[in-house]
Amino acid sequence: MKINRRLFMGGAAAGAAATTLTAPVVHAAGHGKPKVVVIGGGAGGATAARYIAKDSKGEIEVTLVEPSRSYYTCFFSNLYMAGFRELGSIAHSYGKLASEYGINVVHDWAIGIDREARTVSLAGGATLNYDRLVLSPGIDFVDGAVEGWDVTHQNAMPHAYKAGSQSELLKAQVEAMPEGGTFAMVAPPNPFRCPPGPYERISMIANILSKKNPTAKIIIADPKEKFSKMALFQDGWSRHYDGMIDWIGGDFGGGNVSVNPHDMTVTIDGEETKVDVCNVIPAMKAGKICDMAGITEGNWAPVNPHTMQSRVDENIHVLGDASQQGDMPKSGFAANSQAKVAAMAVRSALTGSKLFPAKFTNTCWSLIDDNDGVKVGASYEATDEKIAKVDGFISAVGEDAELRQATYEESVGWYAGITSDMFG
Amino acid sequence: MNWFRNAAIGLTVAICASTPSFSNEIGNASDGEKIWSECKSCHALGEGAKNRVGPHLNGIFGRRAGSEEGFKYSNGLARMGKDGLIWEFDLLDRYIENPKAFASDTRMSYRGLKDEQKRADLLAFLRRYSDNPGDIPEAAPTAAGTDHDVDPAILAIQGDPEYGEYLSSECTSCHQMTGDNDGIPGIIGWPAEDFVIAMHAYKDKFRPHPVMQMMAGRLSNDEIAALAAYFEEVEP
Ligand SMILES: Cc1cc2nc3c(=O)[nH]c(=O)nc-3n(C[C@H](O)[C@H](O)[C@H](O)COP(=O)(O)OP(=O)(O)OC[C@H]3O[C@@H](n4cnc5c(N)ncnc54)[C@H](O)[C@@H]3O)c2cc1C
Repeated sequence: MKINRRLFMGGAAAGAAATTLTAPVVHAAGHGKPKVVVIGGGAGGATAARYIAKDSKGEIEVTLVEPSRSYYTCFFSNLYMAGFRELGSIAHSYGKLASEYGINVVHDWAIGIDREARTVSLAGGATLNYDRLVLSPGIDFVDGAVEGWDVTHQNAMPHAYKAGSQSELLKAQVEAMPEGGTFAMVAPPNPFRCPPGPYERISMIANILSKKNPTAKIIIADPKEKFSKMALFQDGWSRHYDGMIDWIGGDFGGGNVSVNPHDMTVTIDGEETKVDVCNVIPAMKAGKICDMAGITEGNWAPVNPHTMQSRVDENIHVLGDASQQGDMPKSGFAANSQAKVAAMAVRSALTGSKLFPAKFTNTCWSLIDDNDGVKVGASYEATDEKIAKVDGFISAVGEDAELRQATYEESVGWYAGITSDMFG
Repeated sequence: MNWFRNAAIGLTVAICASTPSFSNEIGNASDGEKIWSECKSCHALGEGAKNRVGPHLNGIFGRRAGSEEGFKYSNGLARMGKDGLIWEFDLLDRYIENPKAFASDTRMSYRGLKDEQKRADLLAFLRRYSDNPGDIPEAAPTAAGTDHDVDPAILAIQGDPEYGEYLSSECTSCHQMTGDNDGIPGIIGWPAEDFVIAMHAYKDKFRPHPVMQMMAGRLSNDEIAALAAYFEEVEP
């Protein structure tokens, strides 16, 4: 690994509140203000763009490239499916980033990155120059991960792992299930976006079905032998949805799966089942643009934990789900946390502002049933090798109803807080 | 809930017109004193009580809502005060029962007290500090009001607000910079000392919240002081 000399690392830095480390000011390519391009206006990218623009107070020109005009958060999209949220309440526009923070928001796809020339080409034909590039493109699916399924089948068998129309489709399909019908989920292998996500979704679908279609069944084919908050989910499922959910883990052939989107069948460990709805969540990899930039190793883009700089190119910072950073889960909270570290590092490199030691946090709330919320969280620090977990906590089985309700209400507060931290 | 708010404002008019009646015992003040321990991490009461995270509550009965000088109220409560809301038993009772239903943007992050008798007891206790200010008991329960003792040397640390601003980005993943409370309390504009006391109460695992224990647990005394110095200055 190449160590950037401007970094401020290791024990000497710990707790050094008053330490000022002024980096040499790097002048912009060409002239004028230094330029930052952010690709992807999701959890990581929107936060990074906002923090760079806000904290540099006009010294850095920030361009955000994002094809969608409205970003639908995956977080709380499961709650939308069960009717706990309106779709509109999980949609966010980029208006404030443009009007209040002066960010140049470009609705387009990035289709190429020239790392030598430090340019990004857009599908619409434009080329953008950068001094620093921030990539937060989220995930794409690994081709051929689930036998019988590819993205062209996402209408028959939705993934709903990028929120918006896919979430609406899956909700509609569940609501249209025949009485006593079967819902199947093909769960993804590690690592994937939002470790508790598939299981919160199962909880929310069971919630709808228990109200509208109580004799319906849910089957989960899972390649893993255990999953995030497993004891909490399984306890909740038996308390609220007893007998409805059949989880087939990796040790029982849950990873040996194929689907047939034309006949609507799922074959698990040789046994074929006809289903009414099938939610296929395939294995994941970093958003394709990372591959195009040539900064991936395997499926993900490795980064330097102190600054979120790509291990391959120090002019590029990679955030969120696409990055391979160590111990943090791929979550919106984590992407937001990493974005702030990257924003600080970008500003320091381009304007010489202070560089403080990197700190990260994550908390993931999940809803199991009405007012039955649980959470898991941890704090992290940067080591030279990885983002390393420092401390953590998890809800306990058997907590009283009042605490579970308070946890759910807290998650609602978190949603309001984090989305305003991302989109202004 | 809008309906509730309108109802509350409507009621005010009626109450302003009538004379306050403090005559009969409304609850058991000594039971109320025990409940007060939940309130005193934010509110001070008794001789020398000052505004803290929440306004001091001396003379709260009969006080106009949102009127305590120097305290930053939510817009909603300030407006109710301008509209003429005077705190009397019925209104305080409803407010404490469910603060957010009464004033949806209130900065008071208190879930509410559902038990009617307990509310009556608490209000009976509070009223001792209202009926007749001259009678305020001398051994004020919590004039300096806090739920946690912090070493004066820690309280004396002068925080660096610039460092606090950097550190604050960890807080704003959940706490809103507008001070709004949608399920997670607002933390802006708190007196620095209260902020420090609250954070040390989490750090020492005296207050129970696991996320806050984790966050505070890894902040140094200087970092807590820096955050306190920064958040004290933030305006909604
Ligand atoms: C069902 C579900 C529930 C979840 N629940 C939670 C939760 O409760 N809490 C939590 O913290 N996390 C949750 N998550 C995870 C969270 O949504 C992700 O971890 C987070 O969105 C990752 O942020 P990101 O910036 O890496 O990617 P994204 O938020 O996906 O943003 C990527 C953006 O990049 C854009 N993009 C991609 N390629 C290009 C390109 N070539 N050019 C321009 N733009 C491009 C995309 O359009 C997209 O808007 C959940 C996820 C799911 C699926």
